[in-house]
Formats: sequence, C-alpha cells, structure tokens
Amino acid sequence: MTGNRDYPQRPAKVYFFGTCLIDLFYPEAGIAGMQLIRREGVEVIFPQNQTCCGQPAWNSGYREEALEVAWRQIQCFPKAYPIVVPSGSCAGMMRCHYPELFGAHSQQKKALEFAERVFELTEFLVHVLQIELKDLGEPLRVALHTSCSARREMAVSEEHKTLLRQLQRVELVEPERTEECCGFGGTFSVKHPDVSLAMVKDKADAISRSGAERLVSGDCGCLMNINGHMARRGDGIPNQHIASFLWERTRRPDDE
Amino acid sequence: MSDFHRGVDNALKDPQIRKNFRHAMDGLMAKRKVAFADTRALEQLRRLSAGIRSNALYHLPELLQQLEDNCLRNGIQVHWAESIAEANGIVLEIMRRHRAKQLIKGKSMVSEEMGLNAFLEARGIECLEADLGEFIIQLVGEPPSHIIAPAIHKNRQQVARIFKQKFPDIPYTEDIDELTRNARGILRDKFYQAPVGLSGVNFAVAETGTLCLVENEGNGRMCTTIPPVHIAVTGIEKVVARMSEIPPLLEVLVPSATGQPITTYFNMISSPRKPGEKDGPREVHLLLLDNGRSRIYQDPELIATLRCIRCGACMNHCPIYVRIGGHPYTTTIPGPIGSVLEPQKLGLDKLGILPTLSTLCGACGEVCPVRIPLPKLLNRLRYEGVREQPGGTPGSGALRSRRDALVWKLWSSIHSRPAFYRFVSKAATRLRRLTPGRLGPWTRARTAPRPAARSLHELARQQGFDHE
Repeated sequence: MTGNRDYPQRPAKVYFFGTCLIDLFYPEAGIAGMQLIRREGVEVIFPQNQTCCGQPAWNSGYREEALEVAWRQIQCFPKAYPIVVPSGSCAGMMRCHYPELFGAHSQQKKALEFAERVFELTEFLVHVLQIELKDLGEPLRVALHTSCSARREMAVSEEHKTLLRQLQRVELVEPERTEECCGFGGTFSVKHPDVSLAMVKDKADAISRSGAERLVSGDCGCLMNINGHMARRGDGIPNQHIASFLWERTRRPDDE
Repeated sequence: MSDFHRGVDNALKDPQIRKNFRHAMDGLMAKRKVAFADTRALEQLRRLSAGIRSNALYHLPELLQQLEDNCLRNGIQVHWAESIAEANGIVLEIMRRHRAKQLIKGKSMVSEEMGLNAFLEARGIECLEADLGEFIIQLVGEPPSHIIAPAIHKNRQQVARIFKQKFPDIPYTEDIDELTRNARGILRDKFYQAPVGLSGVNFAVAETGTLCLVENEGNGRMCTTIPPVHIAVTGIEKVVARMSEIPPLLEVLVPSATGQPITTYFNMISSPRKPGEKDGPREVHLLLLDNGRSRIYQDPELIATLRCIRCGACMNHCPIYVRIGGHPYTTTIPGPIGSVLEPQKLGLDKLGILPTLSTLCGACGEVCPVRIPLPKLLNRLRYEGVREQPGGTPGSGALRSRRDALVWKLWSSIHSRPAFYRFVSKAATRLRRLTPGRLGPWTRARTAPRPAARSLHELARQQGFDHE
C-alpha cells in the first residue's frame, strides 16, 4: 500500500502532540499512542507547553486568536523530529490549515516547515514505523468510525483499517453510510444542535444495527459525540480511541 | 425564530421530507459513484475542468467582450444587467415589444435568482414552467428545493395528489411515466401558443458565440426553438473560452449531476433562424446578469465560487442538506455552494448563518467536479462574518458579538499560556465530580463529557514522556 505523501525513514525520536480533547477527556489514548511508538524503539517526547492546535477558533472565524495559539504550539516543537498527532482533525489543522492561517504572517516559513513534520498517528504507525501488530485479545466485532478530517483532509482512513485488520481476532464491521459525518463539527454541534442531533442519531442507529461490540475511532470529538448520544439513549457500546484499542489488544505483560 | 430556524425545525420534524431527500440523495450518490468508477480518471477530469473554469474566470472581462462580439455577429442580441431589477426590466421590455402575455420557460436558476415569474406575473404576464419538476412546484407555488431536481422534496404519491387537485379531469395515477405523459399533454399546446420562450445557459462559448444548454426532457429545446422569440438568461461567470473545452465540462457535469453518461438533449444555440431555414426563433436574446458576481470576481480566493457549473453534487453529498432539504436555506441556491455563494451576493448580515451550517466534513469539496474548495470558502466566510473587512463581502462583521469575541479572547489567553493552561486543566480534573450534567444544547441528547482523573500532561510526565 502506498501513502499519499512521502514518508521519512524511521526516526530515533518523535514529538507527540496530544490534543486538548485527549488531554482532558481521553488521556489514556494519548498514553497508548506514545506507548505504541515507544514499543517500536522510537523515543517519544511530549512537550509540556503544548495546549491546543487552535482549530476551534479557526473554524469559528476567530483567526487572530487561532494564530496566537497556533504560534505557541509551533514554538513547542523546535527540533526537526516528526510530530505525531492522535487525531485526524487536529493533524489536519496543523498540516493543512497552518499554512493558510500563517498566510501573510512573518512566521509563515516556520509554519510550513512545521506542517511538513505533522503526521496523524495511524499513518505514522503504518508508513513510517511499518508496525506489525500481534493480536492477543478475544474475538471481537468492531465498528470503525473514521472522522471526516482523517478521511478527507489527512486521507488516512485506509491506514486505520490496515491497523485493525492486523488484529486477527477482530472482525471489522462496516456500519451503513460509514463515510457520512457524525454531526459533531466542533462548534457546529452547539450552533445547530438539532441538525447535529439528527446526524448523530442516524450514525448511532447505523452503529447499533451493525452488531458491533465496540466502537473505535481515531478522533475523540466523534467518539464524544456518538458515544454521548448512545449512552444517553441507553444503547451505548464500549468505545475507544484507536490507539487505546490497539494497545489493549497487543499489550504483553512485559510492555511498559 | 428566524425563517431559517423555522425552516430547519419544520424539515427535521417532517418524516416525509426526511424520507424523500434521503431516498433521492442516496440514489444520486450511488449513480454518481457508478458513473465515476475509475477514480483516477475522475481526478484527471476534475483537474482539467477546474482549470478550464479558472482560466475562463481569469480572463473574464476579455472573454465576455469576445462573447458579445461573436453573439452579435451571429445575430444574437446581447443585454447586460448589473442588478436583478435591471435584468427583469430587460425581459419585461422584450415581452412588451412583442405584446407577449405568455412566457414559456425551460429550467433556469438565474430566472429564479431574478424572481422573474413573480415580477412578470405582477405585470400581467403569465409564466409557465416547462421543466417537469419546475412545473410541479409551480402548481403549488413553492420554490425549487434542489438546483437540478427542483421538486425532489415531493415523492410520486404527493405529485399524483397535486395533479389530481389541479387537473381533476385527468384520471388519478401514481405511475411516473403516466404522470409525465399527462404533464406533457398539458404543456404541448403551450409551447405553440407562447410568443416568447426563456431558457438558462450552461456554458456560453466566447470564441464562437454559442449558448450551450444541457437538459433531459426536451422542454429546453422546445422553449428555444418553437416560440418566435428566445431569451437566454445567465450569469456573467458562465462563459468559457473555447468550444473544445465543452466536451470535458460535459463529461464531468452530467455524471456529477445525475449519474448519467450524457443527457438526453444537448443544445447549441448559435443564431436566430436564418433566411431559408424552416424553424427556430426569429429573435434570440442573451441576457448576462452580474448581481454581485463582479465583486466576487475581484477576490483572489472567493473567485473560486464562480467556477461552479451547477451540477448539484455538493448538495447531494451534504449530510446537512440531505436532512433538511433546500427550502430552509431560504436562498435560490441551497446546499454548500449556496451557503458560499448566496451570502456573498445578499450579504453576511442577512445570510451569515449559512456558512456556519456545515460540519466542514469536506464531502462537498471532495465531489465538486471543478474542485471548488467549499470547506475553505465556508471557513473564509465565517471569518468575514465576525471580522469587518472594508471592501470585503457585504455585511462582513455582522455576526460578531461582544460575548463571542470575549469567549474567544479568553480561550486564546488560556491556550497561549502553558502554565495557566496546565493549571486550568488540573483544576478541571480535580473538580471532575463537579462537572455540570447539563451543558447547553450538547446535553439535550448526549451525556456530558467528564474530565479524566489525570490529564495527559500529568500522565506523560509521570511516565517519563516529557523530556528527552
């Protein structure tokens, strides 16, 4: 399988950008992502001064505010190491939109250089680390929800699947209309709550009908939306970030 | 409640609307996918078509001049309208000059933009829509809900009931072929009676002065050939440089729109009836409408809006359009391209909500046959909505509220001060049990997210990930 960009050789060290959502609500996913990389013999550095990629403000039209926050992030990752991001959405912001956000800014060159180093976690595992996973779990039916930014901006939906398919005892089920947005859209879900609800309801119905025992996604925004709705109405299934899931399935007792 | 919110609310609560759109859009998406099975070829075609349209816009002033010269040479009369009022006035003047009391129309979204039917009808001129979908919604006085399939919000049972109510003499049928035959019977005489026919234009070819019209029903051909006078209305952006550019555009337009390889009819109108010819109109008029387009043209980013070839693929694939249909948008053109185009024409003060009506999922941009970066343009208009831009989109800055500005300022000051940010998130984890169970609209149908016991920042430090 070929990726959609040129991937570097396996580096000795990488930076990890945890994302604000994972930081506060799904920290185990961030840890799992770092552990997966570290197990492959690559040193992982999580700079403590990182906060948020700036996407919420950028998508709400508050570009000056987004720029201020984005510039802080760029400064957190000064060395030439790859920056691995466990989210298609935040990786898409940093890789695809920083160049726009810094369009006329004096630091545009730095932003471009930074964007070049950004990798979504699954593409990094598949293409750079060429990871080989050994499934240690029980048989499980899993539904994958690929976020729109992972699918369309970062074009890594195949990489998500590649990783899950490496797990021999995991049966990947495809919910109906799997390519359709779950209705999260950041501030969209608050600005247009009824439309967002109509969307997440259909998504939840499709996942329920798929017979999946677990929901896995590479983006916590979607998970929070879909699972929040399913839990509220009472048909929630266990759900995990893909990093947590991969780590859980492949973790040996002696793995740190 | 605004018209917009009421429209959204009504659509979401109407199971019939929801079902009709889901069914229709699923069908259109599936057909497009089959038609473009070779995705690599599709990408090449999209690149080519985007290039053709961009090039035409890059040379817009010269091409429009060339189009006018060549149309005039062919005997087509050319009219320029800066505004809707001017455009309507020009059509009215032509109608009056011919003492015409009836206008038969092929499908034209520019005539919808002009509000032409209402304008002429207020002046005693009957307008009759000859496109089947337009004909149906005209019977019930509704605007189109889709640019290609204007009556897509009605299913065949609903159409059957409309026919029964409006034409009680015709036996009731729910059979699509019979319904179509009945409509054809009603319309056929009108084509021969109407002194003036009106159509839109899909592409106007500058180098030859040819007006291209893409259609499936034959009504477009009849509107443009049977009445003695033909008026073609279009926006100034529809010009393309060369005839050789039409085949690739058609190749990408038709499957994007309906999934067909080609349409049933493709008309090339190059002149009125010439001496010795047995048919065709004696007069052909081309009306070119600006209505804000030349301002969009001046913005190096927003100009991409004008590449649109009106295929409707962006709305067919939009997860929001499929749930609410076209009417809640309150604009001539709905869906993603409508949310980009219409606020630029009518002002962000009036339609600034439309660019926010998107999750930026990117489905629209992915299918656009001329690669309009729709999510990017929606984002740009969100920016202009909250940031006044002198000389920018009309109504820029109208959506800025003091409260929002303050919230984002606060957000930015937390996230650009790492120590402060860590303090705030630490507090949130320690006080997680106090997380409110209700978080505005979010928790109306979802549980409230609760912070973890320890943040990733803390866990990473504990596990030695924080330093080299």
